[in-house]
Amino acid sequence: MVHLQDVRFDHDVIARWVPQGARVLDLGCGDGTLLRHLMTVRGVSGYGIERDTAHVVECIRNDVPVLQIDLEQGLAGFEDAQFDAVVMSQSLQAVRNTEGILAEMLRVGREAIVSFPNFGYWPHRDSLAEGHMPVSRSLPYQWYNTPNVRFFTMSDFEELCAQRGIVVRERFAFDEDREITIDPNNFASVAIYRLGRAAA
Amino acid sequence: MTAPGSVGTVTPQRAHFDAPLTLRSGGVLPAFDLVFETYGTLNASANNAVLVCHALSGSHHVAGTYAHDAKSLGWWDNLVGPGKPLDTDKFFVVGVNNLGGCYGSTGPMSLNPATGKPWGAAFPFVTVEDWVDAQARLADQLGIQTWAAVLGGSLGGMQALDWTLRYPKRVRHGMVIAAAPKLSAENIAFNEVARQAILTDPEFYGGDYYAQGTVPTNGLRLARMIGHITYLSDDAMAEKFGRRLRHGEHKYHYDIDFEIESYLRYQGDKFAGFFDANTYLLTTKALDYFDPAFAYDGDLQAALARAQADFFIASFSTDWRFSPQRSRELVFALLHNRRRVTYAELDSDAGHDSFLLDDAHYHAALRAYFQNIEV
Repeated sequence: MVHLQDVRFDHDVIARWVPQGARVLDLGCGDGTLLRHLMTVRGVSGYGIERDTAHVVECIRNDVPVLQIDLEQGLAGFEDAQFDAVVMSQSLQAVRNTEGILAEMLRVGREAIVSFPNFGYWPHRDSLAEGHMPVSRSLPYQWYNTPNVRFFTMSDFEELCAQRGIVVRERFAFDEDREITIDPNNFASVAIYRLGRAAA
Repeated sequence: MTAPGSVGTVTPQRAHFDAPLTLRSGGVLPAFDLVFETYGTLNASANNAVLVCHALSGSHHVAGTYAHDAKSLGWWDNLVGPGKPLDTDKFFVVGVNNLGGCYGSTGPMSLNPATGKPWGAAFPFVTVEDWVDAQARLADQLGIQTWAAVLGGSLGGMQALDWTLRYPKRVRHGMVIAAAPKLSAENIAFNEVARQAILTDPEFYGGDYYAQGTVPTNGLRLARMIGHITYLSDDAMAEKFGRRLRHGEHKYHYDIDFEIESYLRYQGDKFAGFFDANTYLLTTKALDYFDPAFAYDGDLQAALARAQADFFIASFSTDWRFSPQRSRELVFALLHNRRRVTYAELDSDAGHDSFLLDDAHYHAALRAYFQNIEV
């Protein structure tokens, strides 16, 4: 599991960026905690997308509208600009089709908000220097049981965005409960981005 | 002794309606009866009523047993009862036999007041919309202005959907399970083979077999066998029967070699022993005609614009009769209309029949959804 405190921090930042009353799609919504939070503090409406049946049942229990869809299928069926924001909290690293899902998020949403563990975080680099895959609060799994399938740094991610015409509108990086503004690619364990399409 | 979680012994009731009902086919029923059952108690504000709509061969007998027959368990008893997912301690649940049925509501076996004889082939075509209209009359009579939920699987799900379109203000939650917004050509094809089996049975007499003292048993039996294949999945059949032989060897005859043959014959015989062939014909036609988007040039999004309810949609992975893809069509058309939608796409190896089974995740999802319906 991703660390609870990181999740709260993550959710607070996302709540700041999502406009009041927005229509939100939450990809990989788990038990619906984030969407419920956004409904409570920002009055949003929307849906969670979740593949796992146990999570789907938890969402229903939490009174969060959830659609059981496998994200690897993309967002076919959703309309262009159907949502004000498409959110993906701490899940981008677990999706195989990274490029595809980013493109889909920015097709279906006017904005996309993604957060992910930063592989470039200095303790991760130390682990590799010592010859081991990193295990940390933001990457809590062993190499043989991790659900994560993509390992990338903030710099890697920003490079991909630049190549694909994705504009970073806002960025927030943190470690534990501190915002990291200096050299976040080295000092931040988790990064959150607010993304849009470059104006045509 | 009432088993825990059971609604116990139940008794069907009959409602009579004197005002004529004009049907989509143009036919008119000058008066009609509906047979129904209720479980639980309607609360003072009458906001805890749930209508359960039945599918092709179902009836008003949703839950509990009849006093004279311990084996007469309702067809959705695993869902409905005190403490069950559709909890009768909270909800007032209504099951109703649809018009054209053969379980007591006005249908082809009823007497036609114009002739004093059974309607038979003269019984007018009925549609899902007609059923919903008739159910609305029953709701009026029971003092139910708005259903907390209308729920159904398969053809029952189509009625639940139609309720949200025909009476948008009278349904708070439309619960559409293992259904589709309309039949595919393949679905209609299977129905047509089933109908031809009945229509070409020499005992059918153009639908007036009651007067002849005959029953088109062979046709109905074949129709049911065909239908049954579409309710199961390839996996479920392989697991349940495989190529298992009745005699352990190939007999080179047309009696039963393979166990699947025995199963289908048994299901066909059983069904032909109690169901009415005219009802089967009418019901398969109601399935074929169901298409809320038809009046909107096939635009389902436009057809659903009237809906005001919240929706619970569910489908099952091995259901090839109404596959998950068909439910997703409905989900996305509802999303377009900004309805509040919950969609569960459940893993199951039991095919279309899954909606009647008590898979733990499926029932947990229904239980959680019902718990959040305010009454």
